[in-house]
Amino acid sequence: MADASLGLWTVPLAVFGGAIRVSTPFLFVSLGECITERSGRINLGLEGTLVMGAMSAYGISYLSGSPWLGVLAAGITGALFGALHAGVCSLPRVNDIAVGIALMLLGTGLAFFLGKPLIEPTAARLPAIDFGWWSDVPQVRAALRINVLFLIGVAIAPLLYWAFRTTRWGLLIRTAGESADAARAMGHSVLLIRLRATMVGGFLAGIGGSFLSLFYPGSWNEGLSSGQGITAVALVIFARWDPMLCLWASLAFGGAAALGPALQSVGVTSGYHLFNAAPYILTLAIMIITCSPKRTLTGAPAELSITR
Amino acid sequence: MDFGRISRRHLLQGSAALALGSTLGVRGAAAAETTVGFIYVGSRDDYGYNQAHAQGAAALKKLPGIKVVEEEKVPETDAVEKTIESMINLDGATLLFPTSFGYYNPHVVKMAGKFPKMHFEHCGGLWSDKDPKNAGSYFGYIDEAQYISGIVAGYSTKSGKLGFVAAKPIPQVLRNINAFTLGARLANPKATTQVIFTGDWSMPVKEAEATNSLIDQGVDVLTCHVDGPKTMVENAARRGAMVCGYHVNQSPLAPKAYLTGAEWNWEALYPKFVKMITAGEAIPNFYRGGLREEIVKVSPYGEMVSAEARKHADDVKAKFMSGEYAIFKGPLVDNKGKTVIASGTDRGQQDPELEKMDYLVEGVIGATA
Repeated sequence: MADASLGLWTVPLAVFGGAIRVSTPFLFVSLGECITERSGRINLGLEGTLVMGAMSAYGISYLSGSPWLGVLAAGITGALFGALHAGVCSLPRVNDIAVGIALMLLGTGLAFFLGKPLIEPTAARLPAIDFGWWSDVPQVRAALRINVLFLIGVAIAPLLYWAFRTTRWGLLIRTAGESADAARAMGHSVLLIRLRATMVGGFLAGIGGSFLSLFYPGSWNEGLSSGQGITAVALVIFARWDPMLCLWASLAFGGAAALGPALQSVGVTSGYHLFNAAPYILTLAIMIITCSPKRTLTGAPAELSITR
Repeated sequence: MDFGRISRRHLLQGSAALALGSTLGVRGAAAAETTVGFIYVGSRDDYGYNQAHAQGAAALKKLPGIKVVEEEKVPETDAVEKTIESMINLDGATLLFPTSFGYYNPHVVKMAGKFPKMHFEHCGGLWSDKDPKNAGSYFGYIDEAQYISGIVAGYSTKSGKLGFVAAKPIPQVLRNINAFTLGARLANPKATTQVIFTGDWSMPVKEAEATNSLIDQGVDVLTCHVDGPKTMVENAARRGAMVCGYHVNQSPLAPKAYLTGAEWNWEALYPKFVKMITAGEAIPNFYRGGLREEIVKVSPYGEMVSAEARKHADDVKAKFMSGEYAIFKGPLVDNKGKTVIASGTDRGQQDPELEKMDYLVEGVIGATA
């Protein structure tokens, strides 16, 4: 790569590249949680689902040699966790937040336990598509090596947006989330709708996990998630349960995560702890700006246990 | 007796002993073998710090008459005291290796006071006269191995830019960064080391981002000081950069990109400790050493390391082996232009001043705060 350093230009490039590389798990988890919450339930357990997904994807990819089977396995694991959450929450007087926390601990603990023998081996990774062929700057090419999962995630966001607005399924999910009584009056089982919504949410979160272990950073270890699942759940709240906003918020979080290392690499070394904390500061700032004691959160499904 | 101090393990053991005592008589007469307990803060196959210790434990398992018990993922809290108690009371361990830095004070010190007949060997702590005599702390001058890595890196880089993914700016880490840079500048006086601090010991996403940012800046040889170098090694190799490893040999992860690395040599030290104990010798409470004392070692060179680099690195290694070489010697200037070691002063490895290091030497791009 000779002397092809870009100086300060690496910062915006790294933030851009980081937005693509780091955002995918956020995107999948937040879109999944968006579906679940729109149906009137909060699944805080997605952190555990993410880690479980990462572990099972890595394991299956390692055993079968096919990373795509790994992605599928991660999705199925996630859906099973979703079904567990929804199943327990179907029982009377069960608090979905408490169940979520329990599942988060179960998921991470189980993943660490089962993933023990997977730390050492190297599994087949997901391929990347080279969108940087037009550039001869290696940094740009590296930033544009994009994984298919990211593209799928980007495609799901507008699809969900459209589906919530115009399809029958979207309407049903929203009805269950806004007024369970109305859904029941229409003759639908609210529990069944929520079961499906939570399973789909878990499926997506599991796939988000497979991205972590199979693409970037690209191996299974116990510190892999470092709270990204929880951050993504919080992200849904300030994305106002809107899939398109989830997309932008995920990209912003990915970019923010890349900011700290990128600034240090060009020699801006003061206050790196602050820059490393950028994603969290961003969360807090948006929360403070958008929350007000005088009104309820706009866009919040009325059946959510936090708004009810 | 303070009943608040009786742990559940104690109680279980007590009732078990009662039950056993009635049928078998007193336990322990059959314990001809020595049980050694290892406690790790993370997972023992992390390709990093904990794996290095686990390799040492594995070396002990091969010795006759030695039984090894291990526990992973023990946090640096009261939990380690419970683990120590259960290893002593239930498994009959008489020698313990609590291997993580944060275990030492207050936990190991407290347990050593409570079990005066057991040996405690702690990695990385600073044993002082006030601490119990049955506790000891050992550590290796791994900066010697980093220095050798630096020499190899200095010869291998084409851009003259080296990268260092570091966790936190504490003296041990700074010492490694500085030694790596000084070594590289022996080979290539114009070489610079760009350092990125991720803020914690295990942050895979940050480590991957740091690796990518460094390579975007034109860095073509990277090394690191984090708990699990796997993320850095794999991501750097994918981008076509070369790497120097840390903690253990990571060449299986990236055989084509792995130049060399700074490794712990616990598999040599731990059997030595055990032999000293069985021979009735006392292990010095404050035990330190480098390449010469076989506490650290250098990974075998990768294929792409040039003959020139090998020769220079081997020469310096030989000087370390004979104990006549100091990495940190005056005049030494930090990267802000301040003289940190005056001309004519040699700071040998044992110099306590080095354990307080708070600067980055000339040639390092980065800041400690």
